[in-house]
Amino acid sequence: MAEEVRAEMVANVWKIVVEDGAEVEAGDTIAILESMKMEIPVEAAESGTVTLHVAEGDVVQEGDLIAEIE
Amino acid sequence: MFDTILVANRGEIARRIIRTTQRLGIRAVAVHSDVDADLPFVREADEAVLLGAAAPKESYLDATKIIEAAKQTGAEAIHPGYGFLAESARFAQLVVDAGLVWIGPSPDAINSMGDKINSRNLMQAAGVPVAAGTPDPLTEVEAAVEAARGIGYPIMVKASAGGGGIGMATVYDEEGLRKAFETASTRAERFFGSPSILLERYLANARHVEVQILGLNDGRVVALGERDCSVQRRHQKVAEESPSPAVTPELRARMLAAAVRAGEAVNYKNAGTVECLVSGNEFVFLEMNTRLQVEHPVTELVTGVDLVEQQLRIAAGEGVTFDPAAVVVPNGHAIEMRVYAEDPVRFLPGPGTITTWREPRGEGIRVDSGYANGNTVTPNYDPLLAKLCAYGADRGEALERARKAVSEFEVVGPKTNLAFFTELLDNPEFVSGQYDTGLVDRMRAKK
Repeated sequence: MAEEVRAEMVANVWKIVVEDGAEVEAGDTIAILESMKMEIPVEAAESGTVTLHVAEGDVVQEGDLIAEIE
Repeated sequence: MFDTILVANRGEIARRIIRTTQRLGIRAVAVHSDVDADLPFVREADEAVLLGAAAPKESYLDATKIIEAAKQTGAEAIHPGYGFLAESARFAQLVVDAGLVWIGPSPDAINSMGDKINSRNLMQAAGVPVAAGTPDPLTEVEAAVEAARGIGYPIMVKASAGGGGIGMATVYDEEGLRKAFETASTRAERFFGSPSILLERYLANARHVEVQILGLNDGRVVALGERDCSVQRRHQKVAEESPSPAVTPELRARMLAAAVRAGEAVNYKNAGTVECLVSGNEFVFLEMNTRLQVEHPVTELVTGVDLVEQQLRIAAGEGVTFDPAAVVVPNGHAIEMRVYAEDPVRFLPGPGTITTWREPRGEGIRVDSGYANGNTVTPNYDPLLAKLCAYGADRGEALERARKAVSEFEVVGPKTNLAFFTELLDNPEFVSGQYDTGLVDRMRAKK
């Protein structure tokens, strides 16, 4: 069962930190969102392989899928 | 006085400037990004010019487009508000070079005060107290570690060219300094284009108190009382009040005199703010903001002076509306609460479409808002929705009116921090007036 990483708020995807398919540890930063002049790091809750669902410059809505970790 | 001015800003501050231009019979031109087209400041302006896309560099930070809009609409002067290009000496110079009037201090004054190290050294030379710190910019971590030994911990790590709390950190030992230095330097480079760092002794349990100044055309600098801005989250202000409950008449006299000296030292014209840290009965200079401050309404409420009107008059070469020789004595008490589109617990942004917007009204209540029913709050700009101000004959009455107004302010759609203010206005530490910049962290640590 893949862990889904979702956006907590409407935001711009400012930076993607890991490559698609990369191995991450729990707590690693996957991407950095930017909303209302604040940077919001998106972290992996579990360790595994990342499948990205967004690209830099995308706008995400609250609840949108940012990545899956398997 | 001018016939037409251009307001190079957005949201509540653009609308607030337009309120004064309308009262004075001056035409106001708004400039805006595509996503802001339906906001009240665009509708209420006499004319509006679309600058471009939502990203600030395509719109509110595009100096060329803004100056072009001023020429095209016949505007004679540009009011920058706060944020965006308000403290850009380069933009101020471009405005002047284009034959327009810059409603603010000279590009030279902006330049001298914009760099935290330079301004700190200038202030020290003018006899304004400063905290122990580094007189030269630091770019190497080893030099910072060495300097820190002389200053003593805890230390504030700041971007020399910075502002708005970005890249700032408090460190308690060498290990913390090493970590914070790298982060602050990287962020300073990215946000402000310079990695230079300043170290300053951190005053624990300090209050953030600032003095409003106005530099007049005859060379005089006047101080219009102080504002206490100690209610902060992430080093950013959330609520302000005037007068400060912690400032005695004796301390006030010293602070105001120092602020006047600070202004005189840089030949200051127009509105500015001298920010200080107050600990006990002592204060040190923090920085000078060369523009209208977000929290200027609390000063307006206790002095009866319209600061935007004074800015326009000074820029137009005229005198101010009050007697600069008579000391302006604050009358009553005012509190401002910044209603942000963020959750009231973790203070994380929560943009969205406004389906209900009902502002409180009543005696002593002033609301400077940037939005109305049906508007969408986008993630592109700062989270300030409105500034809710309460004025009373004394602090008790101001607090009472603030509580009622907070309970009556209804916003549905985006998240708001209104519930935080309900909590703040009943917090024993805040109510007592004996609080400092650690207040919000202590409130949240209890949860």
